[in-house]
Amino acid sequence: MSTDVRNPYYDGYVGVAQIRSFQIRPTKYVSAIYIPIAPQHVGRAASVGALLLPLIAAACAGAPAIFGTHGLAADRIALLGWVCTIISCVVLGIITILVVVALVRRRPARASSADDRIEHSGHAIRWIVIGGIIVPGVTLVVTFLVTLVIQAEVANPPQRPVATIEVTGHRWWWEVKYLGVGPSGSVVTANEIHVPVGQPVRFELVSADVIHSFWVPQLAGKTDVIPGLRNTMWMQADQPGVYWGECAEYCGLQHTHMNFVVVAESPAAFQSWMAQQRQPAARPIDAADADGLDVFRRSGCGTCHAIQGTQAQGRIGPDLTHVASRSRIGAGTLPNTPGNLAGWIANAQALKPGSGMPTMTLSARDLRTLLAYLETLK
Amino acid sequence: MAITTAPTASTDRLTTIWETSPGLYGILASVDHKTIGKRYLVTAFVFFLLGGLEAAVMRWQLTRPDTHLLAPEVYNQLFTMHGVTMIFLFASPILSGFSNYLWPLMIGARDMAFPRVNALSYWTFLMSGIFLYSSVVIGQAPDGGWFAYVPMTEQAYSPGLNMDFYALGMIFLAISTTIGAINFVVTFFKLRAPGMSVNRVPIILWGTLSASIMIVFAAPALTASCILLYFDRRFGMHFFDAANGGHPLLWQHLFWMFGHPWVYIVVLPAIGLASDMIPTFARRPLAGYTFVALSTITTAILGFGVWVHHMFATGLPQLATTFFSAASMMITIPSGVAILAWIATLWYGRPVLKTPLLFMAGFIVLFVIGGLNGVMTAPVPFDWQLTDSYFIVAHIHYVLVGINVFPVFGAFYYWLPKMTGHMLSERLGRWVFALMFVGGNLAFFPMHIAGMLGMPRRIYTYQAGLGWDTVNLITTVGAYVFAVGVGLFLVDFFRSLRHGPLAGNNPWDGSTLEWSVSSPPPSYNFAVLPTVRSRYPLWEDRLGEAPRGGGAAVPVLDDGRETFGTSALDSDPEEVLRMPDDSLWPVLVSLALLILFYGLLLSLWWMAIVGVTGVMVLMVGWFWPSRIPTRETALSPREP
Repeated sequence: MSTDVRNPYYDGYVGVAQIRSFQIRPTKYVSAIYIPIAPQHVGRAASVGALLLPLIAAACAGAPAIFGTHGLAADRIALLGWVCTIISCVVLGIITILVVVALVRRRPARASSADDRIEHSGHAIRWIVIGGIIVPGVTLVVTFLVTLVIQAEVANPPQRPVATIEVTGHRWWWEVKYLGVGPSGSVVTANEIHVPVGQPVRFELVSADVIHSFWVPQLAGKTDVIPGLRNTMWMQADQPGVYWGECAEYCGLQHTHMNFVVVAESPAAFQSWMAQQRQPAARPIDAADADGLDVFRRSGCGTCHAIQGTQAQGRIGPDLTHVASRSRIGAGTLPNTPGNLAGWIANAQALKPGSGMPTMTLSARDLRTLLAYLETLK
Repeated sequence: MAITTAPTASTDRLTTIWETSPGLYGILASVDHKTIGKRYLVTAFVFFLLGGLEAAVMRWQLTRPDTHLLAPEVYNQLFTMHGVTMIFLFASPILSGFSNYLWPLMIGARDMAFPRVNALSYWTFLMSGIFLYSSVVIGQAPDGGWFAYVPMTEQAYSPGLNMDFYALGMIFLAISTTIGAINFVVTFFKLRAPGMSVNRVPIILWGTLSASIMIVFAAPALTASCILLYFDRRFGMHFFDAANGGHPLLWQHLFWMFGHPWVYIVVLPAIGLASDMIPTFARRPLAGYTFVALSTITTAILGFGVWVHHMFATGLPQLATTFFSAASMMITIPSGVAILAWIATLWYGRPVLKTPLLFMAGFIVLFVIGGLNGVMTAPVPFDWQLTDSYFIVAHIHYVLVGINVFPVFGAFYYWLPKMTGHMLSERLGRWVFALMFVGGNLAFFPMHIAGMLGMPRRIYTYQAGLGWDTVNLITTVGAYVFAVGVGLFLVDFFRSLRHGPLAGNNPWDGSTLEWSVSSPPPSYNFAVLPTVRSRYPLWEDRLGEAPRGGGAAVPVLDDGRETFGTSALDSDPEEVLRMPDDSLWPVLVSLALLILFYGLLLSLWWMAIVGVTGVMVLMVGWFWPSRIPTRETALSPREP
């Protein structure tokens, strides 16, 4: 992450070594997902939600809610969602009342208790035609028209997207490639997508293996990531913040831990982030760092991981050129603290069983120097 | 009365003809629809308990965030088996159980059209269930979700036997489902009692008929897709392999062409059960019989035109998705018609609040929720948010619990006395209903909210701080309350077998023919086959309507296993059908099929050949011309 401190939505802290034995230089991390609970940040839709369903507001603050939206497309969809939800609640209320009243309402007494006549009484057909055909028919037609309008609205971005990002779904992490920028034509990172606020960005979604689904609930609906197809979508964040993203299509063992974050920041901050990401990895500035790079090389990390500016060019796992700038590791599994990163390197299989990251058998010293080096890769 | 109390038939003679032989032979060879129906009910209920156990374990894991009691591979197998069990081994077979038991009794016949096929259908269902669950025993249960999306379920990403069990098990089960469905269709059109024209049958017949016709057209899509999956996995073919010219979406289209109709297959007969129970307790004929009957048929037809709404997020062209969006909204109309018909029936009736009616009232409310949360996913853009989230988990549970489990439990309270001869307890029944209704809503309603809070389905744990803790805690509590309700039902059931008051012929003062015979019914169902003159044979005297047509005296059929064959629409008697005796062929054929499928599973080709050969030889034996001459009796000529 950049050292941009103007963005108030980073719940950042100076991550001085949580585990004291590690000699780590101060680094800035995102500690947690931004929790939009301050009233001014809650979307209009969400305030309606707070009125209707207090449960949502009370118990679920901090959720990546589809009604707590901060993006253009998701806002419009939330409006459609409220139309559907309110209609549904009204219909459910009416039917429930009818059922209860039908069961308990008083009937005129019969002349004798022996009277067990069974009658075709009442205007039943009228109920069926009006309540079962005409009213639902009209309601559905109206809902469908609203749907068409909103579907047309969110089909395309309001203006030309300012960036094109190719996202590749892997089992179980996201590779993120900014197309048409940087010396090699692209900037590559993983599990963290930076976008400028107030401007649409375009996504091209491809899969390296099985079907995944790309979803940032607060910004847009989901789009499946399917081998053999290149699905596209767009997204525009209207509030700076860190938004939770996830794989929504069950994709195997670690579907659970296939998350990412979208960091929406001011265009200026975005540009400076981009400029930094375009740089190759920080060169080792002292012997200790050089040692760390050497451990990286000796341990075979480069088979899977790339660090631009070094010989490590593996493409199987996430690109680590700027790994220390990212907020989380293991596709959202853990905050990217030095302690967690050490644990991840030493025993990823315990933290995310089945992940592609093997258990690395390193001496304590090697682990320390490797970690110290990785922490320089901002 | 519609029942022609005709020449006293010798019930002893009929018993000798129809009673299943005693001992092991009888157990294996019985073709009595009542025995088969009860077996379906018991077997499906055992699978219900297994599926419930799987759910209970999963809910334990999801109670709190960051819980790691279950390894991900265990959790993934659990949710897959929970889905497969509840959808394929419980929801549909339990309804087959009711239909098998009730149809001949309701339509005044002595058995289903093809009793041996009926037995084969049951045995094949049992064997395929055993086949699927043997995967659990060796720890390689299917783990690709109940819709098993490729390429995740291909050999490359799922090398174990897990998905082979799934692919073969689905093909195996589809054999059972398909032949059972054909049996229902033929029985509907040929075996109704004289005078029971198609506009006089109980609604359960319409529901099961619609579902059966759907099965006949939908099941081949599943069979085809599973054969392709098996070929891909076992022989390295590339039907779904994008890198070699296949396409992953082919699976999704084929699966949902089957899968969406399947949802209606497991609810339409249940809607029929409800439509036949509600009038009894409303003390009024069903309002809008024709509307309700046609709504099942309309649903069956429209049900084939909505499958793409499972695929709105796959990047299909917008115009195509819009079409399916409209169709998905349209299909709610027939359901709305049925719901209003039930409400009008209750409104204008004089409801008697017995346990089955409580379940029916709960069912109507849950049906409405399951319909509304379904139609909420029909608008394409909103579906982009809802699909694959917990909202969909809420939806499928409201559909399956609301429109399948609730009518089924109501039907237990209503029809088990007919089957066992003993009443269940009203007092316990109310508790069962209350626990299941409160627990069910407590479990499944918060899932809507979890989905709206962005929780994706099929995750084995979740992180704290995402706002999903409370809803998941509530869901788990609700699930266990629901489970207590189910447990209490079991207590009530076993208690009733010993201590339940005797039911008598017609404990609820019901209107349909099954209530005219003893509880439990004799092996031959009706000593003299009834002639029907109205929709409510047992209420005719009190309805104050002049019965229309029918009513001619009919011969007693006691010259071997016989029942009437009648015309398709008007039910004019046309012939006397000779029904088959008990037979071992069905159970042997299904055993041979089991050998075949284990051979295919384990790539033991000799074993597969033994299985195939066995099936062929047994079929020859089965169809070898009988020495007993078929009695072709021309009955009274058709009325003009």
